[in-house]
Amino acid sequence: MKLLVCISKAPDTTSKIAFTDGNTKFDENGVQYIVNPYDEWYALVRALEIVEASGGTVTTITVGTEADNPVIRKALAIGANEAIRIDAEPKDPFFVAKQIAEHAKEGGYDIVLTGKETINYNGAQVGAMVAEFLDQPFVSLATKLDVNGNTATLERDVSGGLEVVEVATPFVLSAAKGMAEQRIPNMRGIMAARTKPLNVVAPVELAALTSVINYELPNAKAECKYIDPENMEELVELLHNEAKVI
Amino acid sequence: MSTDRFEAHDYYMMDELLTDEHKLIRDSSRAWVKETVSPIIEDCFEKAKFPEHILPGLGEIGAFGPYIPEEYGGAGLDQISYGLLMQELERCDSGLRSTASVQSSLVMYPIWKYGTEEQKQKFLPKLASGEWLGCFGLTEPDHGSNPGGMLTNFVDKGDHYLLNGSKMWISNSPLSQVAVVWAKNEEGRIHGLLVEKGMEGFTAPEMHGKHSLRASITGELIFNNVKIPKENLLPGRNGLGAPLSCLDSARYGIAWGAIGAGMDCYDLALRYSKERIQFGKPIASFQLIQKKLAEMITEITKAQFLTYRLGQLRNEGRATSAQISMAKRNNVEMALDIAREARQIHGAMGITNEYSIMRHMANLESVITYEGTHDIHLLITGLDVTGIAAFNS
Ligand SMILES: Cc1cc2nc3c(=O)[nH]c(=O)nc-3n(C[C@H](O)[C@H](O)[C@H](O)COP(=O)(O)OP(=O)(O)OC[C@H]3O[C@@H](n4cnc5c(N)ncnc54)[C@H](O)[C@@H]3O)c2cc1C
Repeated sequence: MKLLVCISKAPDTTSKIAFTDGNTKFDENGVQYIVNPYDEWYALVRALEIVEASGGTVTTITVGTEADNPVIRKALAIGANEAIRIDAEPKDPFFVAKQIAEHAKEGGYDIVLTGKETINYNGAQVGAMVAEFLDQPFVSLATKLDVNGNTATLERDVSGGLEVVEVATPFVLSAAKGMAEQRIPNMRGIMAARTKPLNVVAPVELAALTSVINYELPNAKAECKYIDPENMEELVELLHNEAKVI
Repeated sequence: MSTDRFEAHDYYMMDELLTDEHKLIRDSSRAWVKETVSPIIEDCFEKAKFPEHILPGLGEIGAFGPYIPEEYGGAGLDQISYGLLMQELERCDSGLRSTASVQSSLVMYPIWKYGTEEQKQKFLPKLASGEWLGCFGLTEPDHGSNPGGMLTNFVDKGDHYLLNGSKMWISNSPLSQVAVVWAKNEEGRIHGLLVEKGMEGFTAPEMHGKHSLRASITGELIFNNVKIPKENLLPGRNGLGAPLSCLDSARYGIAWGAIGAGMDCYDLALRYSKERIQFGKPIASFQLIQKKLAEMITEITKAQFLTYRLGQLRNEGRATSAQISMAKRNNVEMALDIAREARQIHGAMGITNEYSIMRHMANLESVITYEGTHDIHLLITGLDVTGIAAFNS
């Protein structure tokens, strides 16, 4: 089984979020990056479990610059066999998906796995677009994946219940919480990652289809107001006139 | 019981001095500690229970002999990596770090540096994986700061040595498969011997009643006419310098470890002071609280640089024992001061096991005493700068 896992970086959840260039660019100054958790904890770990059980290889693919190398090394330390980095600044989901698909169509992968979204941009588009470019089926938001020969069985959370889907390989999926459990790299893995191949390849020429005009931060959280328990009238007044919820 | 919400503080962007691999090692060990040890540490401390089941996990994250070459089961890493691992362990508990630094610097290090190839092959891989535990016997009931006065001795009996004496305050001893024991030969010269569990006349009873390092096991080593095979002597070095070189390595790890304990206390104090409301506002808005917090992060930042530079010097093989003494002394005192101030910031909550502070504080009382007391390290610096020894008459 040949598996391809899409890996991207995301700011650590404790990072302070700010923008530059007239609010059109994320300010990376002082930001610590982690592997996007949906890519790492679910897609990558499940891919590793599958090849550990029935053989095969796990390749990771990242559209990014040298700044992405640490998260790629981490994916290798967790256990991926090799990594590909398409050497380009990820411009928009179309650009990223097309780059991945260009590689994947040559690679003969049985399954392409992505996280359901990145925790910073929440786009959730790359997986579906890769499937389209490859002309393969796409299963989104999968919480469980089992593979038996050329057939995969997946579970998806649906409103109030569960959907069980069967699909033949090759196909593309996006992984949601539940598909696997986080693995912490151990020292053997970290040492092995030093010599695993990280192949840097040139991107295909491509313009992005969308561009960001502006980012805005959410309104700062208002301070908590304390109201005397005896003073219900004030509470009702505030809920009605200020919070406008009643 | 406490939940581990630790976030690291890096005031001077010190992370930029680390390699990607350093950061991966640190972050992985931090994640492992949070997942595996933080949930049980208060219970271990309260019940004075050593969490033996985590030894293989410590081996997996590379906490046992990370700088030992790969051919002996180590990871062949540099000194900064070793330091970062010790920092992450002591961020959780000084006892956890003690277990690892004894194993790495006081057991594996002398076997690696002064042992025969057979000794290295026999002991190092099992110690690196955590399958075996080891201990280091230098201190005796009547010889602590002055180990050169030790009474434990061995006599050459032709085909073996006969070892007699006792050691006290030995971390890991009751559970160890191997003890690196320092003893005098007939000429009064100090040598290292590998004493193995089960050798006749050798016992390692546990010591009880510690108010500090309760999650680390401490015991005695008692030698009553123990026959030691000749191949169990460490041939590579003798004299007091041999055990002291091991202590250099361990003290260097403690210097990093103490930063971990200090950071944990600071992190808790910063968060608590922003959440705790008194007189209608967070206590973090009061100047006296801010003074405490500002001084804490200043001292942590200074210690980080002192220790990072020491790591570079050790990587180059240039760090002196006196430089290591300075860092061990400075950083442990820094951590203990921060623990005390952080405890005050927490008011009454600070004395409970909801927070790790009081545990850190109690632990650090051992750390400031073992591996050379606070005052002895000061006298080492004194000797280094004046050329005059003030600790022996
Ligand atoms: C939890 C724990 C674990 C330990 N683990 C180990 C271990 O694994 N292996 C091991 O070998 N040892 C271990 N030790 C022992 C430790 O290294 C000794 O306790 C330490 O060296 C101090 O010796 P002492 O306790 O005999 O104190 P003493 O040497 O009796 O010192 C008492 C006081 O006198 C002061 N003092 C002594 N001499 C002088 C002087 N010349 N000038 C000024 N002041 C002086 C000291 O600074 C100290 O304040 C451990 C200790 C503890 C508490």
